[in-house]
Amino acid sequence: MELKDKLLASFMAFEEKIDTHSELHELRSHAIKNFENKGFPTKKEEAWKYTSLNAILKNDFSVFPKKENAIEFKDVKKYFLHEIDTYKVVFIDGIFSSFLSSTTHDGLDVCLMSSALTKPKYKMIVDTYFNQIASKEESLTSLNTAFSLEGAYINIPKSKVVEKPIEIIYFSTGNEAALMVQPRNLVIVGENAHVQIVERHQSLNSNPVLTNSVTEIFAQKRAIVDYYKVQNDVQTANLIDNTYIAQKQESRVAVHTFSFGGNITRNNLNFYHQGERIDSTLKGITIIGDKQHVDHYTLVQHATPNCESHQNYKTILHDSSTGVFNGKIFVEKEAQKTDAFQQNNNILIGDKATINAKPQLEIFADDVKCSHGCTIGQLDESAMFYMQQRGIPKKEAKALLMYAFTSEVTNSVKIPELKAKIARIIADKLGVNMGFDL
Amino acid sequence: MLSIKNLHASVEDKEILKGINLEIKAGEVHAIMGPNGAGKSTLSSIIAGNENYEVSQGEIFLDGEEISELAPEERAHKGVFLSFQYPVEIPGVSVTNFIKTAINESRKANGKEEMPANEMLKLIREKSELLEMDRKFLSRSLNEGFSGGEKKRNEIFQMAMLEPKIAILDETDSGLDIDALRIVANGVNKLKNENNAVLVITHYQRLLDYIVPDFVHVLMDGKIVKTGGADLALELEEKGYDWIKNEQAV
Repeated sequence: MELKDKLLASFMAFEEKIDTHSELHELRSHAIKNFENKGFPTKKEEAWKYTSLNAILKNDFSVFPKKENAIEFKDVKKYFLHEIDTYKVVFIDGIFSSFLSSTTHDGLDVCLMSSALTKPKYKMIVDTYFNQIASKEESLTSLNTAFSLEGAYINIPKSKVVEKPIEIIYFSTGNEAALMVQPRNLVIVGENAHVQIVERHQSLNSNPVLTNSVTEIFAQKRAIVDYYKVQNDVQTANLIDNTYIAQKQESRVAVHTFSFGGNITRNNLNFYHQGERIDSTLKGITIIGDKQHVDHYTLVQHATPNCESHQNYKTILHDSSTGVFNGKIFVEKEAQKTDAFQQNNNILIGDKATINAKPQLEIFADDVKCSHGCTIGQLDESAMFYMQQRGIPKKEAKALLMYAFTSEVTNSVKIPELKAKIARIIADKLGVNMGFDL
Repeated sequence: MLSIKNLHASVEDKEILKGINLEIKAGEVHAIMGPNGAGKSTLSSIIAGNENYEVSQGEIFLDGEEISELAPEERAHKGVFLSFQYPVEIPGVSVTNFIKTAINESRKANGKEEMPANEMLKLIREKSELLEMDRKFLSRSLNEGFSGGEKKRNEIFQMAMLEPKIAILDETDSGLDIDALRIVANGVNKLKNENNAVLVITHYQRLLDYIVPDFVHVLMDGKIVKTGGADLALELEEKGYDWIKNEQAV
């Protein structure tokens, strides 16, 4: 059976299994219909021109894991920010692991989506926020909505400054021959509240995994959200990340996406402005090799005056890897005094590496500042010679240069332990040990 | 110490050096002067091992060892230092971390242990004071946003840290105001001893007021056409290069 048919067939059984109120049932039914009509996206669609899912859809993915799997903490410790105390919401093959998690309801909610969706006390919040900004048109988001049940639910009340980062980690054990998971996260950050969140998807062996994840983030007035996505998965893991962010007046949201691994990774990152003097930051580093593929598809919807957005994506492609950057900035007529900036720099190391870079600016207001810059190049030879002249061997010199190339993005990581972890992953990707934390 | 014999070199089939001979002994300061386009920077790049130039003929010896086939970092490990006319900016890597890496790579190549951290710090403090460098400067990203003078001072700081046998200063005076020039020259003079040598490459005589050469060579059209003492630099400053050209013609 084709994956699409299998998913459609599973839907009924899925809905029957869960205790659901009627609004949710309606949402899910609409969503599955939309997916049924549209199916998986193909290269014929403009938005998927450079990324084909065909090859991965041939896997016989199980849609629900057959049994609960367990993992020892010591085996996965390295995927956590284990040097510091954090809140943790951890899933194993799509199922919540209370053993690995560290949730809370004490002054803030860091817990499970399934609780939020089923318990009456969350009903009002779910009605207000759930599926409000996630696309109703996009077929993969609809597919996720149809099967939405498990994921992280985070609600930070007004003026709360969360003192430690929150980690959301999805592990795949590989106990299934091939597994599809569809996490659904909801993050609500109240007025003047501040939170740091790290999200990671990690396979623990080489059986194929397809993750179709949807995250909705609501930043209320003057809220500050620092969101980090760490993508350093194995070669058989595929990730489609759909993130939707709504920002109210004077809020600041920054999303950093670190794409270092996986087979096919697609990041759909969407920002919607709903107030004035909003600040949005979208940054990313992609370092991949072999035949890996990473596609960043960003949208910033400037709908209100006096807002800023800053995008900065750096890509280093080895071997036959391919990268895509499609950055869309939409400035509506009302969004006067918008300051939108987009930068995308790419270095091709592999002879067969390819980058498709496409800035897309649609501006309907007349008093705005919008700029974009895109470069594609090789490593600067004069810089290489300079470092070699100081005694630094070619390989290390190359790594230092590449590190320097990514530093504009790493510099703005606000969690020192995460910054160090990213630096170590980068050094590892570049095959060097610099002897100091870069 | 450094001995260059009949060196010919070209870039993209254009011959730039047409038979250079140069002998620099330990303890000496040599200067190479010449008009623009004479091949001065090419010569310094080739001694340091820049692979963009092709050595078609001739040899370069460092303490009797032929080095013209060695990679730039191997020459650096053997004690060749080039102060760049245009030092490169490396964002995200501090001056301190860069020099630590450079020193430890050299030590590794020479079969030594890494320098202990406290020793490194002491050395950095000492040498940065010699060049009157601000502390904050050391934690800044290498050359990023540095003024012309700061970049040159940073080059000489690295030279002081690496203690090369032969230091080539390529147009080190360009972009320096008079105070920075004095600090840089003072640094070079203090580092100078009987066991090392300095090769100053310059268009103008100004720097040679501070770093006084034992020998001055005039490089024109890929060849050394005249060699003299420190006086020759003054003569060139006064008369320009044309009189040598005329002398050659005769």
